[in-house]
Amino acid sequence: MEPKVWQEMPPGGIILEAGSSRGVETGSWRVSRPVVDWPRCVHCMICWAFCPDSAFLVQEMKLVDVDLDHCKGCGICAVECPRQCIAMATETDVAAAA
Amino acid sequence: MTTTIARRGTKRPPVPGTPVAMNGAALVAHAMRQVRPDVVAAYPITPQTVITETFSEFVANGRVHTEFVPVESEHAAMSACIGAACAGARVQTATSGPGLALMWEVLGIASGLRLPIVMHLCTRALSAPIDILCDHSDAMAMRETGWVMLVGENVQEAYDNAIMAVKIAEDPRVSLPVANLLDGFVVTHCMERAELLPDDAVTEFVGEYSPTHPLLDLQHPVTVGALDFHDYYMEHRRQQEEGMANAKQAVEHAAREFASLFGRSYGLLDTYQLEDAEVAMVVIGSAAGTLRMVVDGLRREGVRAGLLRVRCLRPFPSQEVANALKGVQRIGVLDRSLALGAAGEPLWSDVVAALATHGAGHPVTGWVYGVGGRNTPPGQFRQAFLALLDPATQPGRAGYLGLRERR
Repeated sequence: MEPKVWQEMPPGGIILEAGSSRGVETGSWRVSRPVVDWPRCVHCMICWAFCPDSAFLVQEMKLVDVDLDHCKGCGICAVECPRQCIAMATETDVAAAA
Repeated sequence: MTTTIARRGTKRPPVPGTPVAMNGAALVAHAMRQVRPDVVAAYPITPQTVITETFSEFVANGRVHTEFVPVESEHAAMSACIGAACAGARVQTATSGPGLALMWEVLGIASGLRLPIVMHLCTRALSAPIDILCDHSDAMAMRETGWVMLVGENVQEAYDNAIMAVKIAEDPRVSLPVANLLDGFVVTHCMERAELLPDDAVTEFVGEYSPTHPLLDLQHPVTVGALDFHDYYMEHRRQQEEGMANAKQAVEHAAREFASLFGRSYGLLDTYQLEDAEVAMVVIGSAAGTLRMVVDGLRREGVRAGLLRVRCLRPFPSQEVANALKGVQRIGVLDRSLALGAAGEPLWSDVVAALATHGAGHPVTGWVYGVGGRNTPPGQFRQAFLALLDPATQPGRAGYLGLRERR
């Protein structure tokens, strides 16, 4: 898409389209990522509620996955999980394992 | 050309005011009450404190239904103002010198987000050494932060500007924050005769604020403060400059409407005896009153002296300044602050640039006066006028009025 000229842009840098970050990979600079021990997860949704990037994906009231396009690896989920079933793994280790 | 003070014999305006004896800070607080801001977040600092105190009393006594936020610092004050303005509120604040300096980071956010916040700036010297009295060091340091800057001369004009500032800021073609400058102590604390307009007339004059993209409009959600970078930042800056360019018309438009209702007329500039002047001074703020007296004295002696007071510091009315000074052979500029290490003082630099761009490029000599609240008696301004008439006086920095120095 051709970037807009100044006369056609909304003022003050505001974005008029809701949820526009869906189209942008904001997790690309992540250093570590959450690794969930899914069999131990009780789907209490605390990680989902705390995640600042809405990166925990839910289907039919169950946590199903982490959206790694938007997770920036802050680790809040790992700290808050009452079952301690989320561990943070460095991207270097993940890459080495793959 | 315009005049600041309603002259004797002026026709009674459609909406007459009530004569009051009040200082500038208290009268500005009344203007704030009358324009009915949704939110005021402010922190007291001398000499602005009277505004915050008086206005918070109005809130406490139920005379205005504003959400008054007593914050912990000026950085917090401006940040709270920005948040409230993003939500879609009409917002005001007030500060002085070091308070403005503490706001600096967020001043640019207010203008960058195009939020029509109005701030009453009671000008004060910056530390160190510590000084609470008036000069324009604080205001001059904010010139490039993207705020429209109006400079009043006296109590009445500080009040009138406080009202017009709302209209200018909220004009959708402008949509920029506006600073209403009044000289610390000289205007904020000196009691003068002024006219307080009727509450409903002021409320009607400023009208209801309808924000373009308020965060609280849940039907039209927006993102505010997103990352910009090299691919959009330059365009957004250019948009701000367009708002500034439009502000010039908005200042004049608000002034015309104000004059038609309330009888006092203002412009981008205020000239005195300038039409046939051979020698003229350019100034901002309260010193203009003393200078008019000096001009009158020189005129009685046969010197064709004149005065140009700039009312709108940002956007700087370059073309208008050049036009006003077109016929003047010897021009002086009086700055109430130092631009340490610069080519010249702030107002001098603007005037020189305006003349170089639009005018005949007459020599412009600059003096520094009144820094840190130093009193400048009429005789010192008179000496500056006489020095301008001396062919030996060079353009550029001529020196300081009232400075103790070894000759």
